[in-house]
Amino acid sequence: MATTFILNGRSATLDADPAMPLLWALREVAGLHGTKFGCGMALCGACTVHLDGKATRSCVTPLSSVADRKVTTIEGLQSKQAKAVQAAWIELQVPQCGYCQSGQIMSATALLEITSAPTDADIDAAMSGNICRCATYSRIRAAIHTAARGLKS
Amino acid sequence: MALTIGFEWIGSTRRAAAVASPASGAPFAPNAFLRIGADNSVTVIAKHLEMGQGAYTGIATIVAEELDADWAQVRVESAPADAKRYANLVFGTLQGTGGSSAMANSWNQLREAGAKARAMLLTAAASDWHVAASELTVSKGVVSHAASNRTANFGSLVKTAATLPVPDQVTLKDPKDFKLIGHKAARVDAAAKSDGTAQFTLDVVLPGMLVALLKRPPQFGATVRSFDATAAGAVPGVVKVLQVPRGVAVVAKSFWAAKQGRDALRIDWDNSKAEKRSSADLMEEYRRLADQPSLPARKDGDAERALRDATQKVTASFEFPYLAHAPMEPLDAVVKLSANSCEIWAGDQFQTVDQMNAARTAGLDPQQVSIHTLYAGGSFGRRANLGSDYIVEAVSIAKAYGADGTPIKLQWTREDDIHGGLYRPMYFHKLEAGLNAQGQLTAWRHVIVGQSIMADTMFAAMIKDGIDGTSVEGAANIAYAIPNIAVNLVTTKTGVPVLWWRVVGSSHTTFAVEAFIDEVAHAAGEDGFAYRRRLLEHHPRLKGVLELAAEKAGWSSGPLPAGRGRGIAVAEAFKTYVAQVAEVSVDKDGHVTVDRVVCAVDCGTAINPDIIAAQMEGGIGFGLGAVRFGAITMKDGRIEQDNFNSYRVLRMNEMPKVEVYIMPSAEAPTGVGEPGVAPVGPAVANAIFAATGRRMHVLPFPKTGDA
Repeated sequence: MATTFILNGRSATLDADPAMPLLWALREVAGLHGTKFGCGMALCGACTVHLDGKATRSCVTPLSSVADRKVTTIEGLQSKQAKAVQAAWIELQVPQCGYCQSGQIMSATALLEITSAPTDADIDAAMSGNICRCATYSRIRAAIHTAARGLKS
Repeated sequence: MALTIGFEWIGSTRRAAAVASPASGAPFAPNAFLRIGADNSVTVIAKHLEMGQGAYTGIATIVAEELDADWAQVRVESAPADAKRYANLVFGTLQGTGGSSAMANSWNQLREAGAKARAMLLTAAASDWHVAASELTVSKGVVSHAASNRTANFGSLVKTAATLPVPDQVTLKDPKDFKLIGHKAARVDAAAKSDGTAQFTLDVVLPGMLVALLKRPPQFGATVRSFDATAAGAVPGVVKVLQVPRGVAVVAKSFWAAKQGRDALRIDWDNSKAEKRSSADLMEEYRRLADQPSLPARKDGDAERALRDATQKVTASFEFPYLAHAPMEPLDAVVKLSANSCEIWAGDQFQTVDQMNAARTAGLDPQQVSIHTLYAGGSFGRRANLGSDYIVEAVSIAKAYGADGTPIKLQWTREDDIHGGLYRPMYFHKLEAGLNAQGQLTAWRHVIVGQSIMADTMFAAMIKDGIDGTSVEGAANIAYAIPNIAVNLVTTKTGVPVLWWRVVGSSHTTFAVEAFIDEVAHAAGEDGFAYRRRLLEHHPRLKGVLELAAEKAGWSSGPLPAGRGRGIAVAEAFKTYVAQVAEVSVDKDGHVTVDRVVCAVDCGTAINPDIIAAQMEGGIGFGLGAVRFGAITMKDGRIEQDNFNSYRVLRMNEMPKVEVYIMPSAEAPTGVGEPGVAPVGPAVANAIFAATGRRMHVLPFPKTGDA
C-alpha cells in the first residue's frame, strides 16, 4: 500500500504499511535519517517534523494520516526562520551529543514561524516537549532569542 | 591518489567524508594521530569517543595548536580499535573513554604529535627552499620565508615531509603563544549536528542489512524456558526469530517489522534464579546493614572515640535510588560477522573491552574484530561496560543468524533502555559528626551501603581489601581538615546489574558529604560557606573554587527574600575542582524552582573555555534532573518505570540560569565531562533548607517534603 504526500517540497509516494509511524517511513523508506528515534511515545521530541507547518511527533503519526499533506523534515528546512535558528545554533555552539538537536531545531523553527518574538514562557511551552539529556537547554533558549532578534532586524 | 577516509560510511543520502584528492602522492602521517594530505587537508585521528563532551574538538585543538594549522582546515576522524596505538594512558593498556580523562591523558601525547609534525614540515620547507629552518615561520597552515617572500601550505610540503625521519625531541609551544588553546575554537561537529547530517549508529545503512530487536527477560537473571515464534514469524518483513543467551531476537527487514514481530513473541521465562525483590525491601535491608560491621575505606585517628567525647553530635542518613543513564540515543550496534571477521559500527566507549568480548562471543581473535566508532547520542557511562552488553547481544544475534556476512543492526527501544539494568546503584549513607565546645568538627564517621560496580567483572582485581574505590570516591578522600575520620563500606549483592553513571561515586557521596556538612555548620551556628572555607585552608584549589563561586553568587550579600534560599557545595572529581551555589524559590505548596546555579571550576589549563562552560551547564542539568526526579524502582524484580513518562528527566522549563566561572590556571588540564554533576544536588538541597528549614535526605526530592 502506498501513501502519497509532499515531502520537503516534492511529491513522495512511500510504499509501506499505512500504520507504520511516519518516523520509520521517513528513516527507512525515504532514507532521511536526520529525524531521530528517542522514545516512540511522543515523550522526547527527537522525532519532531513539521506537518502542514505544525511541529508534530512523527513517532506516533501513522503514515496514512499524512496522505496529501505537507511534511518537512530537518533536511528540508528552507524558511528564513529555519536559517536563523541553524545559524544561531552554530554561533552559540548549542549541540553536544547532537542526537536531540534535529527535533529541537524543528520545534524552535515552528515556534518562530508562528511567534516572531517569543518570550521565555513561549519558549518553555514550545520546547519542553523536547528532551536534551546533555541539558543544552540554556543555549537552546539563548539561540532562539538570538534568532528572533536577527529576524527582527 | 591521496585519499583521506573519514568515519562516515558511504550511503545514498550521505555527504561522503572520503575526500579524493586530485594531487598525487601518499599523505604525511608522522604518527597515529595526524594525517596531512597533499590536498592540504589536516585530519586528526581521535582515540576518544565523541559523546557530546567535546572530545573531538579538544583533541583537534591540541594537535592543531602545536601544528599551527588553520582551524578551518582541520577534520576529525575516529581511531580504529587498536590499543597499541590508541590506549587511554590513564587506563593503561585499554582504549576507551571515561573518568573525564580524555584531555588529561592526551595533553602531552598530542602536543608532541602536533609539534613534531610541525618541525618536520619546517624541515621539509627548509629543504625545498635551501634555507635554514630557523628562518621560517608557521601560521594557520602556511610556512613562510620572509626573507625571500616565499610561502607554502602544508599540502605542498607533504611529499618532502613524508620522506623525513620523525624527530626524537621537540620543543612545545610556550603557553603565552597559544592561539587556539584558551580561546573559543568552534566545535568541529556543531554544523553537522545542526542540520541533521551528523551520523549515529541508528543511521547506518549497509547493503543487505537487517534490523534486530531483542526480547530480554522482565526480571534480571531470568532465562528463556520456551518460546512460540509463530505469530512473530508471520509478521511481514520478519526474516528470522532466534534464541540467544540474553533472550529471543526478531530479525527483520525494518525496525517496524522487527518491533511488531517482537511484540508478537510469546516467551515462557524461567525466573527461578531471577532477582525478585523490591527496591524498597533492599533499602530497608541497607538501613539495617549500616549499623552492622563494615570495612574501612579511610581511618584517620579514632572517630569512634572522638564521637563519644564530643560535646555535640550531629547525625543524618541519606537514601539514593537506582538511576538510569537514559542517553537520547537508545543503545544500538551494527555487526557484520563472517567466518574470519567481525566488523562493528557503534558509538563505542570501550573499544578494547568490546573487542575482547565480541571476539569471545564470535569465536574469533580480538585482532579479527574491527570497530568503526561513530558519534554516540550521549552515554554518561552506559556504553562503557565490562560485559559489553549491547555489543555482545548484537554479535550473538549475528552468530545465531549464521555469521554469513549479513549486516545486522541491533536496536534498543527506550523501554529496553529503562528496563535494561546497568544502573547507578542504589545506596544508603549514614553520617555522624562530633563537634567540640567551639563548634569545630573533631569527628566524622561515614558509612556507605551499596553494590560494587567492579565486583564480578574483569576489573574485580582493583577491589583492594574489600573496598571498591568507586563506591567511596568523594567520601573517603574528602579534603576537610578533620582530625578523626572514618569512612566505611558495606558491599551488597543483588541481581540488578550496575555500572558507573556520570561522575560515578561522587554522584551520591558528594551529596551526602556536602548536605551533611551543611547540617554540621548549622548545628555549630555557622554559615556553610565560612565553615567549609576554614576546613579547606590547606587546599588552595578547593578553597579557590569555593570562594569564587560564593563571590560570584553574592553569597555574603545578605539573605534572600522569604521563600527563597541559597545553598553551596564543593567537590573534587577526577582531579577537577568544582563549587556551585544554587538559588531556589519554594512556593507555599512546596514546589521548588531552581532559579540560578553559579559554578566555579578549576580544571587546570582551560583548553576550550566555551566547551568547559557547556559541560558545566550540561552536568548541572543532568545532575539536577537526577536529584529532583530520577529514580528506577523495582517491585518483585520488575522495573516499575518504562519510558520518559515514568522515568522523569529535566526539561527546558526546569533548567536554571547557569553562570560558569573558570579559575585561571597553568596546571595540566583535567576533565570537565563529569565533575559539574557532583555539587548541584547538595547545593540545591542546602538552598531548600535555607528557604524552608527542611533537609532533603531521600532522593529524588521533587518537593520539599521528605519522600
